Amino acid sequence: MEFKTLLTNAAVVALSAGFASAQDDSILAVDGDVINTRAAAPAFAENLDTVYSGWHFRSGETQSLQMDDFENPAFVFVDQGIDLFDKVEGSEGKACASCHEDVVDFAGLRPALPRVENGELVTMENLVNECRTERMGAEPWKYTGGQMTAVTALIGLQSRGMSINVAVDGDAAPFFERGKDLYYQRVGQLDMACSNCHEDNYGVMIRADHLSQGQINGFPTYRLKNAKLNSAHARFKGCMKNIRATPFKVGGDEFKALELYLAARGNGLSVETPSVRN
Amino acid sequence: MRNIFTIAAVSVLSVTSALAENAPSDVAFEDGSVMASLTGSAGDAAAGRKTFMNRKQGNCLACHMNDDMPEQQFHGEVGPPLTGVGDRWEETELRGIVVNAKMMFEGTIMPAFYIDSGYERPLKKFDGKSILTAQQVEDVVAYLLTLKD
Ligand code: HEC
Ligand code: HEC
Repeated sequence: MEFKTLLTNAAVVALSAGFASAQDDSILAVDGDVINTRAAAPAFAENLDTVYSGWHFRSGETQSLQMDDFENPAFVFVDQGIDLFDKVEGSEGKACASCHEDVVDFAGLRPALPRVENGELVTMENLVNECRTERMGAEPWKYTGGQMTAVTALIGLQSRGMSINVAVDGDAAPFFERGKDLYYQRVGQLDMACSNCHEDNYGVMIRADHLSQGQINGFPTYRLKNAKLNSAHARFKGCMKNIRATPFKVGGDEFKALELYLAARGNGLSVETPSVRN
Repeated sequence: MRNIFTIAAVSVLSVTSALAENAPSDVAFEDGSVMASLTGSAGDAAAGRKTFMNRKQGNCLACHMNDDMPEQQFHGEVGPPLTGVGDRWEETELRGIVVNAKMMFEGTIMPAFYIDSGYERPLKKFDGKSILTAQQVEDVVAYLLTLKD
């Protein structure tokens, strides 16, 4: 037994040595406006001192794409979002813009989501689809589909630079606890939890990938890998499949709770939407 | 915990002893080690080297650097480098680590490569299966033993 602990300690020493690379110390400014990509970790995230945006873990090339909106490939989709925002659809003959004259009025929404309304946890996708079905008489958009991510990117962008400030107490507490359980729960044939990679091992390479903290302050995010915007739930699904776990349903209770917990782990970071990753 | 495993394994063993290969649930641990070859014979180190780097099999390189594989571009840093690992551990210990590293390193992130139950929500196509076969485990162990300083 002693033998076993000894060896484990040796491995831990080796591990911390490998940890030297960690996040870089660049500063993200978009057209001169500085975006907070690091912040003191919220008190509940007891295993972290500092939270870092995923931007810090990407290559200089990928980072720079996000420093200029003309180079940021996500803006092609934001432009589509503008068109969709103005497009009349459904039995009521309305567009988003019929009720929300200026999309800028959505500044401040992204940093507070998801939030609890009448006992239910509500994401931005839920809010958008509620307008479509209840107020426009239109079909809901697919939760992680291209129309949805275009519009959530457009709305999120209005809060770029504002601090994430998701409520975790009161009505939100049970959802927060659920999300926390899911974050630390090992799943899949590889038997790993989100925390194994994004809390215990951020800053190190896992094969060709530089592990980040898995923050969601930049979502929806443009990925070079698939050349489109990706919603947070689509990313959760991808990570679960990588560990050979059956993903939870996108837009379902588990992923919404996980989103709340993850968003809150980033409280203090700036909204970075739409971010660029590989 | 380890005792329960051993007892269960022994009773099953007597039933299946006719088979050459040890099923995942039959594997007995002693202080994190597995004494006997899972296949009853020695593995093939050259095949083990391939399993080690194959992303769909061992994918050991995802987490471990290995100086024996300079031709591979990306080596992970999640676990300790495996250069010289054949000097540091006995064959039986290496087998234990590959079969189920959690028996040697409590709470480790390293997956158990030869268990077919005890994990939650596996993707359907992996349900009831182990990541590696008994042969692949033995091959990887044989390969690790060639990694000497
Ligand atoms: C086996 C390791 C591993 C596990 C387990 C894992 N991830 Fe990931 N995750 C990655 C890698 C690799 C990336 C891409 C590089 C990065 O940003 O860390 C990533 C990226 C992400 C991102 C994107 C971050 C950004 O800045 O764009 C999010 C969000 C995320 N993961 C959430 C999760 C959640 C939630 C879970 C659990 C359900 C999870 N991950 C489990 C490896 C993992
Ligand atoms: C997801 C990460 C991961 C994968 C994949 C992985 N390992 Fe490991 N491995 C680790 C970690 C972390 C340790 C250190 C033990 C601990 O957790 O304290 C370790 C320890 C070891 C050790 C002991 C090394 C020493 O010097 O003490 C050996 C041997 C080993 N692994 C072999 C393998 C082999 C062979 C494979 C593939 C069949 C593999 N590992 C796949 C993460 C991994």
